[in-house]
Parts: sequence; C-alpha cells; structure tokens
Amino acid sequence: MNLFKSIKRSFTKKRKLNRSLGGDIALFLLLALFGIFSAYPLIMTASNAFKPLDELFLFPPRLFPRNLTLDNFRDLSELIGNSWIPFSRYFFNTILITVIGTVGHVLIASMCAFPLAKYKFPGRTIFFTLVVYSLMFAPQVTATPNYIIIAKIGLIDNPAAIILPAIASSLGLYLMKQFMQQIPDELIESAKIDGASEYRIFFQIVMPLVKPAWLTLIILLFQRLWTTDGGSFIFSEELKPLSYALRQIAQGTIERAGTIAAVSFIMMIVPITFFIVSQSRIVETFSHSGMK
Amino acid sequence: MQLLLKNIKKSKHYYILMAPFAVLFFTFTIIPVFMSLGISFTYFNLLEPPRFIGLDNYLKLILEDEVFVVAIKNTLILAVVTGPISYLMAFVFAWLINELRPKLRAFMTLIFYAPSISGNAFLMWLLIFSGDVHGYLNALLIRFGFMTDPIVWLKDPKYMMMVIIIVQLWLSLGVSFLAFIAGLQSVDKNLYEAGAIDGIRNRWQELWHITLPSMKPQLLFGAVMQITTSLAIAEVSMQLVGFPSIENAGHTIVTHLIDYGTIRFDLGYASAIATILFLIMITTNLIVRSILRKVGE
Repeated sequence: MNLFKSIKRSFTKKRKLNRSLGGDIALFLLLALFGIFSAYPLIMTASNAFKPLDELFLFPPRLFPRNLTLDNFRDLSELIGNSWIPFSRYFFNTILITVIGTVGHVLIASMCAFPLAKYKFPGRTIFFTLVVYSLMFAPQVTATPNYIIIAKIGLIDNPAAIILPAIASSLGLYLMKQFMQQIPDELIESAKIDGASEYRIFFQIVMPLVKPAWLTLIILLFQRLWTTDGGSFIFSEELKPLSYALRQIAQGTIERAGTIAAVSFIMMIVPITFFIVSQSRIVETFSHSGMK
Repeated sequence: MQLLLKNIKKSKHYYILMAPFAVLFFTFTIIPVFMSLGISFTYFNLLEPPRFIGLDNYLKLILEDEVFVVAIKNTLILAVVTGPISYLMAFVFAWLINELRPKLRAFMTLIFYAPSISGNAFLMWLLIFSGDVHGYLNALLIRFGFMTDPIVWLKDPKYMMMVIIIVQLWLSLGVSFLAFIAGLQSVDKNLYEAGAIDGIRNRWQELWHITLPSMKPQLLFGAVMQITTSLAIAEVSMQLVGFPSIENAGHTIVTHLIDYGTIRFDLGYASAIATILFLIMITTNLIVRSILRKVGE
C-alpha cells in the first residue's frame, strides 16, 4: 500500500495542468502490467532456484518458495563434481575471457575513440562511417569468414578467438566516441600548452573524465562474454567456459528443472547486480548516443 | 597531395592510438564482409580449396531451396512484428518512466532492462510454455476452464512463432531503451514551458512537437539497434522450439546460415545466405533512418 501511495504521489506532484488523472491511472496500469510481464520470469527463475523439486510443479506456481532450500545448488555442485574437469576450471576460463575482454575493450576502444572525437585528420570520416555501418548488421553475417580467419591465424581452441573479436566491438567504440565529444576542447588545448603529449592527455585527462562510459562498455561486453559458450572456436574440454558447462547440465529433462533454475540464477544475477550498481552512469552515457 | 602527406604525418599519434582497434576491427568485421561476398561465388567446404561456381549458390538459394523461403518468411514476420513493437515499447516505457521520481524510475528501468542482460534466464519460458499439464500457461488456462487439454506450445507449428515473438519482445528492451531514457532526460526543460505558452494543450501535442524532435538522434540510434536485432533472431528460436524446429516453423535466415555454416560445412552457400542477410539489414536500416529523419518536421 505504501508503494502505491508513493507511486501516486510521484504522479500527482509533478502533474501539470494539462494532465488528466484518468490518463495517469491508465498509464500507471499499463506500466504495472508490463512490469509484471517483464519481471515475472526473472522472479520465478530466482525463486525456483531455491525451491524443492516438488514445489517446482505446484499449481498455481508460488512466487516464493514455502520450504526454502539449497538442494538445487547442491545437485548442481554434485553434477559438476562428477564431470572429469574440475568445475573451477570452467569458472576460471570464463573469468579469464570476461576480464581480459572487457578491460581490453574499454582501453582499446577508448584509445581509438579519442582521436575520432576530438581531432580532424585524413581518414577520420571514412573510418567512423564504417563503424556506423557496422552497427547496422548483426555479427552472424560475418560468422563464416570469421571462422576461416581465426583458423588461419591459428587461434582455434584458444580463448583469444573469443576475446579479440569482442574487443573490436563497434557499439562500444561508437558510444565512447559520442561521449568523448562532450569533453570541452579548452581542457585539451590547455594541457597541450603545458606540453603534455597526446598519450598523456589521453590517459591523464580524457580517460578519468569518461568513467561513466567505461561502465557502459563494460556491461555491454560483459554480458556478451559472460554468457559465451565458446561456440565452434573452442573444443578442448579444459578450455570451455562456464556457460557451456552449465548448458550441458541444463540439457536434461524435467527432473533437472531445479538445476536449470539454479544455473539460470547464477548466470543472471551477476550482470544484473553490476547494472544495479552502475545504472545512473550507464544511462548518462546513452544521452550522447544519438545519431544524425 | 603534399598537404595530405603533411597532414598524415602530423596526425601520426592519432593513428598510433587508433591502430589496435582498427587492426582488430578490419580483421573481424570489415574484411569478413568482403570475404563473405567472395566466398559466396564459390563451392567451399574448408577441406578443398574454394572452386568458383559463379551465381550457382544464389540461384539455388532463390530458386530451389524451399526451406530458405520458409526462413525468409519467418524472419520477415518476426522482424515486422517484433521490430516496430519493441521499438514502440522501448519508447513508450521510457517516456512513462521519465515522469516518475528518480528512485522509482531507476527501479522500473532495472525491471524493464533486466531481461536483456539476464543471460539464459529466458529459458524460464520453457517452463511457462511447457507442453504438459504442469506448464504454467497450460495449468492456468485449464484451471480457469479456457480449455480441457494442454496445448503443446513449443512443438505445435501453429503456436511456435507466437511463442518466439513473445519471448523476443520480453528480451527486447535493451540498448535502445536506455538510449531513450537518457534522451528524454536531456530534453531542454525550457522547451516545455515555451511550448505551453505557444498553445500546446495536452501531452500528445507536447510529445509530437517538442519531445520527439528533441530526441531525434537517440531515436535514430535506437532504430538501428532494434532493426539489427530483430532481423537476426535465432538464439531464442533454437533454444525454445528446437533446431531444427518441427516443420521448420521456427526457422529463420540466421538458423539457416548456422545450419549450412557449422553443420553442413557448405561455406559458399552459407556465405550467400549471409550476403543476402547483410543486404536486407543495411537496406532496411537506411530506409528506416531516412523515414525517421522526417519525424516532427
């Protein structure tokens, strides 16, 4: 009830003369309805992860488990314990791919975005046009030649086959460049007069100023790498990432429903937590995402 | 010419900064596009060297491949339904949320955005659409007497597309949604007051004459993101209705591409599919962008 009151207040307080109460209520209902549509599967995923198996198939499904249990996580760890590769190995592989990939992406994309955003030089327009065009097609389009290139370089069965293409994700470069354009030119000019090199300007002035954009690039790449299963690039069992191992386990039938819920819960809670912590700065980045 | 060389030399440091990204970007994005085009005119299975066969792949694809026709049809249905609806949803919700107080706004943003970053949590829909009497939707519909026998949602070609559309819409409030929220927050507040003086009476007029034109750049960006995703639907289809799906009812251009590229290893044919998809994506994007540029004018 309290929540409802505060929602109502937030509508009425800001309501201007041209707003009708009826319209407000209708819009509020629409929001609430789709909020439930959006949140329900996620809440069920979280709650199922803590339900005993018999409650999983109870109807009507309970939003919150009656007998809270960690059985599903225990089953999961047992299943994992039975695999011939220690589970920590899958975990390590995913952490390695995710950390190197995101750090590399933030650094390399920012290095590239800085000159694009702040200077004029031959080749700048054409390069940025290519970046914008690359946003217009999905990576699946280049999957086949990518495989051939990676095989030719000799990166098959090497985490770099996942990391390197991810580092060059053009969405990150695009957002970073748009964000950097907001940095006042005077700041860079005065550093130059003080005799700072381009590299010093980049690392000591520009990079600290674009921290909100870092977080955005991190979450976009993080969720891509965190859920990667190695695809057709990695076939050695000891190099497979976590998502692959978890998916194998989840590929069971209905008795595995509890384990699947535990797996999904683990996979979703990490990126969501990251987003909760950095939300306001991520949204800030997107205010400069516009296209002409 | 001399001037250009001098310019290039002067910009040396910029090129050094850009080099790592540029090298990777060309290797994994630009070169593959052209390679794909080249390979599409050959027969290539990775073991033997590619053999030039002219337009054969394209002719076979368009004239003989009945599954491809199904794939195109499904992809277009999915794109035409989920593209505009998810774009509209992203905008409408961003707009509604914008009027809430900051804390509540942050909470609602999280709720709408969370599905798109929640990994494989969309597998929850397997349980909701499960085909036996225990599936949440079946149990609900039977309980309230809408039907007596469970529907096999994920295996009945009549319902498969609908399931994919629902789940895809659930996943779709992603990057463009964030861009819209940010765009709405940065609209100049003075414009609204000026508009009120100029005789803007309700929120619809305000939306059309002030809000939309001020956030046109974000609208364009969001459109590009949404079009690209909605034409590349594959993962949800493969995970929910299976791959290959019954009667190919969930088959899309991308699953067709995956079929030939990673299962049959007919890379020439897969590249022809990729090239056609590439052309569809770029053309749609350019057309929609040129339409959106006219908003509010």
